Amino acid sequence: MKKIHIVLLVLIAGAIAYLIGSFKFASSTYETISEAKSNPGKFVHVAVRLDTLSPVVYNPTKDANFLSFQAIGIDSPDQKMQVIYRKGEIPNLMISERLVLKGKYENDHFECKDVQTKCPSKYKDDMKVAEKNVQNATQNAAATENSSPK
Amino acid sequence: MGYIGEHLLPGQLGHFFIVLSLVASLAATFSFFRSAQSKNETDAAYWKKLARYAFITEVVSVLAIFVILFYIIHSHLFEYKYAWQHSSLSLEFKYMLACFWEGQEGSFLLWSIWHCVLGLILMKTSKKWEAPVMTVLSFAQFCLATMIAGIYIFGWKMGSNPFILLRDSGVLDNAPALHLDFDVNQALRPDYMSSIKDGNDLNPLLQNYWMVIHPPVLFMGFASTIVPFAFAMTGLWKKKFGEWTKPALPWALFSAAVLGVGIMMGARWAYESLTFGGYWAWDPVENASLVPWLVMISGIHTLLIYKHSGHSLRATHIFFIISFGLVLYSTFLTRSGILGDSSVHAFTDLGMNWQLLAFMLVFVVPSLIFFFSRYRGIPTMQKEESGSSREFWMFIGSLVFFLSALVIIGKTSLPVFNKIFGIKKAPPEDPEFAYNSIQVYVAVIIGLLTAIGQYLKYKETSAKQFWKKIWIPTAIAVIAASAVLAFGNINYTKKGPVFLGSVWLAVAAGIYTIIANAAYIWLGIKGKLKLSGGSIAHVGFGMVLLGILITSSKKEVLSTNTNSIATPLGPNEDPRENLTLIKGVPSDMGNYTLTYEKDSAHPKKQLWFYSIRFQSKDGKEDFVLKPNAFVNYKGNEGLMANPSAKHYWDHDVFTYVTSLPNPERQKDTASFKTNKLKPGDSLFYSGGYMILEKVESKDSLPPEIFGKNGSLYEAPLKIHSKTGSIYSVTSRLAIVKGGALALPDTITSEGLVLQLQKVNPDQSIELGVKESDAILKFVTLKAYKYPFINLLWFGVIITAIGIIISMLRRIQLNRSNIPPS
Repeated sequence: MKKIHIVLLVLIAGAIAYLIGSFKFASSTYETISEAKSNPGKFVHVAVRLDTLSPVVYNPTKDANFLSFQAIGIDSPDQKMQVIYRKGEIPNLMISERLVLKGKYENDHFECKDVQTKCPSKYKDDMKVAEKNVQNATQNAAATENSSPK
Repeated sequence: MGYIGEHLLPGQLGHFFIVLSLVASLAATFSFFRSAQSKNETDAAYWKKLARYAFITEVVSVLAIFVILFYIIHSHLFEYKYAWQHSSLSLEFKYMLACFWEGQEGSFLLWSIWHCVLGLILMKTSKKWEAPVMTVLSFAQFCLATMIAGIYIFGWKMGSNPFILLRDSGVLDNAPALHLDFDVNQALRPDYMSSIKDGNDLNPLLQNYWMVIHPPVLFMGFASTIVPFAFAMTGLWKKKFGEWTKPALPWALFSAAVLGVGIMMGARWAYESLTFGGYWAWDPVENASLVPWLVMISGIHTLLIYKHSGHSLRATHIFFIISFGLVLYSTFLTRSGILGDSSVHAFTDLGMNWQLLAFMLVFVVPSLIFFFSRYRGIPTMQKEESGSSREFWMFIGSLVFFLSALVIIGKTSLPVFNKIFGIKKAPPEDPEFAYNSIQVYVAVIIGLLTAIGQYLKYKETSAKQFWKKIWIPTAIAVIAASAVLAFGNINYTKKGPVFLGSVWLAVAAGIYTIIANAAYIWLGIKGKLKLSGGSIAHVGFGMVLLGILITSSKKEVLSTNTNSIATPLGPNEDPRENLTLIKGVPSDMGNYTLTYEKDSAHPKKQLWFYSIRFQSKDGKEDFVLKPNAFVNYKGNEGLMANPSAKHYWDHDVFTYVTSLPNPERQKDTASFKTNKLKPGDSLFYSGGYMILEKVESKDSLPPEIFGKNGSLYEAPLKIHSKTGSIYSVTSRLAIVKGGALALPDTITSEGLVLQLQKVNPDQSIELGVKESDAILKFVTLKAYKYPFINLLWFGVIITAIGIIISMLRRIQLNRSNIPPS
């Protein structure tokens, strides 16, 4: 066997071993709220929705970094947890349909390190907004039309 | 039934050309294939002529589709969904191209256009390679044409048509006002177009000049990866093993230069208009475009090995196949929506996943089968590479680059594995570090190999020769690297000493690459510019490497918020990066004093610019940055911010808005508290104190306004705030036609509202004082300092120049070798 083949095999084996290892050990998992709560201190990804009935606490003139809100399960609104995020305002939090929180459950709250605001599909969401715009525009037009004498 | 105000002709023409392009590309594929397979010259020439006509028809159709679609967007024909969805009346002309490729259909079309251009050049230049190479390219054109076909075959929708009408797209189905009798089950009103006044507009994040030029360059890069692939396939097909590498090399170099520049233009766009605070985030979209480039570079290097030593021909085949395969895989990853939760980018899922998957498999599977069935026939060298030869180390370098690509795309594909194996693995806690922690070693190895590579000779290098030339650059590099590491303050301790050590090694390797390759231009090739393409490209690459390492490890958060943190940070906690600036009040930020001076609005859009003055405390710097933000744009609640940066030669100061006052969240709940004051009295509030100077009443008031017994009182006040500012305010109370009319005064920067409520006969007044955050005008922002980011951008340019020089040199060599036919 040539030297180069040995190097080839070693490097490829190394790369594959590294990849498998990184998936096995150095990765996190997607969990639900109750799973996150029952594993405090474990770094997890949790897909949630914003509980719009509870207040979102963010007061940039007092502390520009502290944000807190209540999260509920995507399919199980009875699962709830308070989330604290220390990186300021989350863009589009209020209109998000889905949030992927990355962090740990600690004591009484979820300490969120990172968050992704998500809509099932940007495209569909765009379309929804667009449809809403069309409807508003046309309803206004219709309203003025109806009120004007024929 | 006809509708009023529609322009149907462009769409009908568009449909026609789409079908024509589908047929023409198929005809071209078939004819080129017949020509390539013909046993005798006349047949081959006949089929080739036919194929060329077909391909030119294809070119005309694709260009026609492009022109028509552009016409529709430019003329604001919102009866077409594409124009309505991606553009608007207020969209500037310069962004019209950007909205062209915001949609999937437009970007497929762009890809197709570049194939046309490449095809025309190949037909002109590639001589005997034309028929087989063009067979591959024409077939790819056919596949791309199906992507925008929008034809139903046995109830299965093939592709997505850019010329679909808005009323056929389903968007209007739920808008009752557009239907007869306001009933969505009825047909549309004939004059429905009179209600569709404006389009949905281009995503504000894409309204940036880099978005106009980055996609065409990137897609040119993607499109061009097919050419080396097609040549490699031709080599296998016609059993001209190895011979194909000659014409393929300039194409591979071209592809590497264009794709590389395209990727980095995307990085530049991210840096300038996105707010993740950087130019690279190991996002799946970025990774997907990077890996074909890495493998293309591997392919170029093994091809050079083959040219000079006869080794590595098989590897060259496999690299070009994989490079093109990765372009197709990336297309599948980024457009199918499979990445789901793992990407910050949101993808358009057009329901074409199977078609995208088929596009990939139809190229990758047959080419791999083809390769392995011809594997034995591909010539190899029996003699083993010497450990002191250039080819040995070049191969190791290519392999490391390839494996680095494999690791990157492997990690990026986690959602694909989740889907296949039904698991729910997620990226690790610090996803960027997961990439960096391994890629830093790739940087070390590649840096070292790139530095010494050219000093080794092909076949065999004697130790004496090697050291004689390399010792000078090595010595300089050691000194330079020591200096940088000693005085450069590269102390990225966040990830522990091992990682910091690796970063130091990589920095040293990057410096070594730059110096050794720059020196080689004189030591090795005696300053002959024509021959020094490789060295120049390597110098540029070293700069890129160094730029990446320094900007990432020395990136500073300027907006560290120290004045409003309740508890101090723990050792491993991220700094609080947001800082709130109240309008008109200078605030402290590290070495700068920041003032939010004013804001201004875009004349046509809901786009606001915030003027933030940066003054350094040593008095040397004084500049204004204007980060902007779209606020509640087109129904998208919230803000979309664009950063702004001050560029110095050695660093950038970079800032963007993260939060603005939200009137809904901050309802004015505070109420007035009444205080009794006499002239000369002072009154404290939370931010300082105020003094009532005097109380005056005005005479000779116009009776038509104030009535008979009207009066007007004025109470001038001086407000001394804790920050040292002094404001003069005059509170007024009017008695108009018997009623009291108090006029509140607002001191915005203090969050203070004053109201003169009553003036007593003894000259004392009752003053209402309200302190409220709701009236504060403020911005919350983040600011960073990026040192030496220009090293990265210049490095990219120099790399591209180096590759282009090599390409021109190779074209020249090929011309002089082949006698004109």
